[in-house]
Amino acid sequence: MADERERDGTTMGRRRLLAWLASGAGALASLVVGLPVIGILLRPMFRGMPVKWRSVGAVDSFTVGETTEVVFLDPLGEPWAGDAAKRAAWLRRDGEDQFTVFSMNCTHLGCPVRWLDETKLFMCPCHGGVYYADGDVAAGPPPRPLVRYPVRVRKGQVQVATVALPIT
Amino acid sequence: MRLLRGIGRWLEDRTGLVGVIRDLALHPVPPGTGWMYVLGSATITALLIQVATGSVLAMVYTPSTSEAYASLQYITNRMVLGHFLRGVHFFGASAMILFIGLHMIRVFLWGSYKYPREASWLSGLLLLGLTLAMGFTGQLLRWDQNAIWSVVVGAEQAGRVPFIGTALAHFVLGGDSVGGATLGRFFAFHVFMIPGLIFALVGVHLFFVLRNGISEPPSQTPVIEPESYRDQYQTLLDESGVPFWPDAAWRDVVFGAGVVVVVAILAGIVGPPALSKPPNPAIVQAAPRPDWYLLWYFAVLALLPHGIENAFMVGFPLLAALLLVLVPFLNNRGERRMRFRPWAVASVLVVSTAVLSLTIIGEKAPWSPHFDAEPLPTAVVGQVGSEAKSGAKMFHDKGCEYCHSIAGYGGHRGPDLTWIADERTHDQLVIRIMNGGYNMPGFSSILTPAEVTAIVSFLQTRTHHGAPALPRDSVAPRADTAASK
Repeated sequence: MADERERDGTTMGRRRLLAWLASGAGALASLVVGLPVIGILLRPMFRGMPVKWRSVGAVDSFTVGETTEVVFLDPLGEPWAGDAAKRAAWLRRDGEDQFTVFSMNCTHLGCPVRWLDETKLFMCPCHGGVYYADGDVAAGPPPRPLVRYPVRVRKGQVQVATVALPIT
Repeated sequence: MRLLRGIGRWLEDRTGLVGVIRDLALHPVPPGTGWMYVLGSATITALLIQVATGSVLAMVYTPSTSEAYASLQYITNRMVLGHFLRGVHFFGASAMILFIGLHMIRVFLWGSYKYPREASWLSGLLLLGLTLAMGFTGQLLRWDQNAIWSVVVGAEQAGRVPFIGTALAHFVLGGDSVGGATLGRFFAFHVFMIPGLIFALVGVHLFFVLRNGISEPPSQTPVIEPESYRDQYQTLLDESGVPFWPDAAWRDVVFGAGVVVVVAILAGIVGPPALSKPPNPAIVQAAPRPDWYLLWYFAVLALLPHGIENAFMVGFPLLAALLLVLVPFLNNRGERRMRFRPWAVASVLVVSTAVLSLTIIGEKAPWSPHFDAEPLPTAVVGQVGSEAKSGAKMFHDKGCEYCHSIAGYGGHRGPDLTWIADERTHDQLVIRIMNGGYNMPGFSSILTPAEVTAIVSFLQTRTHHGAPALPRDSVAPRADTAASK
């Protein structure tokens, strides 16, 4: 009787050990594969894009008082990106060496705002947000003015900083 | 014949599959399951259409931001049957969303989510969410101008979540902005991850259906009492149950075949959604719109009072999901017949009417400026003085016509101005133009006094008294009829 109890106890202990061992091995295997997968999936949430200054044209190519579209490349340089690597912004020449660069994205939901030269307004095609020439909200749903990108002049070139998509 | 029987016996002996399939096919179901029960299987039929057509499309589609658009153009315009396949894939997706919605409504109205089928309801909710996610990611795989700006809009909405919004937005984009990683990410979601989850959940959903049985029509068990329901259901099956195949399944097969035929006809006649401009973020002439099943939400975002947008964008999906999850827990027993559940019927009517109305208005999108408005023709301007004539030209050139229409020409964001002079005096017009309004910019720093005078002079000719004959029949009779807020 005592032997039987001892044998049952040993069997149960062995089973428990094997169950723990199998569970541990399974968990380890899941972690080995799962962690890199989850890491790659979530990496964009934590990776900052490097900021680079991109030339968008010679100073003289912009007319004082005018707003024009400028196009530059993002800093990632992914070889397969194609046109998706292009960024656009609205650049206004305010004075000799003074420029303002507005994000293309409406602060409502990110749609591309258009500059209407005759009207001197930015308008959004999605929900009708309107901005004045200085980027301030003129009408509609946008909660705040157009985001401005850092801009500078170097060696006669206007340069725009490649910053992340403004999440408003 | 003997050979076939021998193969069958061998398969059954080694796999047991024949017996399992026979048992599944012949398992008893309640009598009287009619055409309302085909909606779930129709959803699976649509899923199978998607798997079949999606597999073939994936053989040619190139999930690279630089080549995806060209590969889609090839599929659409040059590949044999490519145009048709894309159409079937689009209408298959539409059918899947339509039938999953109708299935859900049927289950809700007939109280089929009640005891003991709460888990079926919950797994169905997850499948609904995953199906919508498939629709959204699929739209983005078109990778045209509309798609890349839709990604941005999606990311901006994710960005409204407090504290983790920016991180969520970057999760959607695959980085800080739309780029090379974005499309690959959506391709992986659309082709591998979400379908994998859908297959697993469909399996779980069907397992629940088999385990708890197909919910009988409410007339057979009008009131659910968890304490006695299982015995009651078993008695029903024992006394009057019919084999699933063919007594109930024939309708599923016939309706499913009908779904396939209709999808194929629509694909052949209407075709797939046209590709918009190439996916170049530097092309600003874009006006992103979601596919039809999300147009209602697009409309909601346009019509919401501006102050509550953030709260709505975050709170509404959470609240809707929470309410749907709670449905079987708040009310898992009692009456199933619709005539005794007026609140259930009313809630379905209200939600359906709201979604339908918002979808219709979302399709029209009257809040969007009409950038392509034609200048007002002479017939509309009429015989007016030179100043008013100049004002009519400015009405177009200065962008007034993007938002206001006259005699059917122009946008609908602002009030229709066809008869505005009957509504507003000269001074009122000047004040409104100079100061703007809730949805209208003030033009005091934009227009010169002479330009304002000319435009007002023109608007003052827009009156019933001595008005020119208007060429379009669709002219609104009075002003202020447009969808302005």
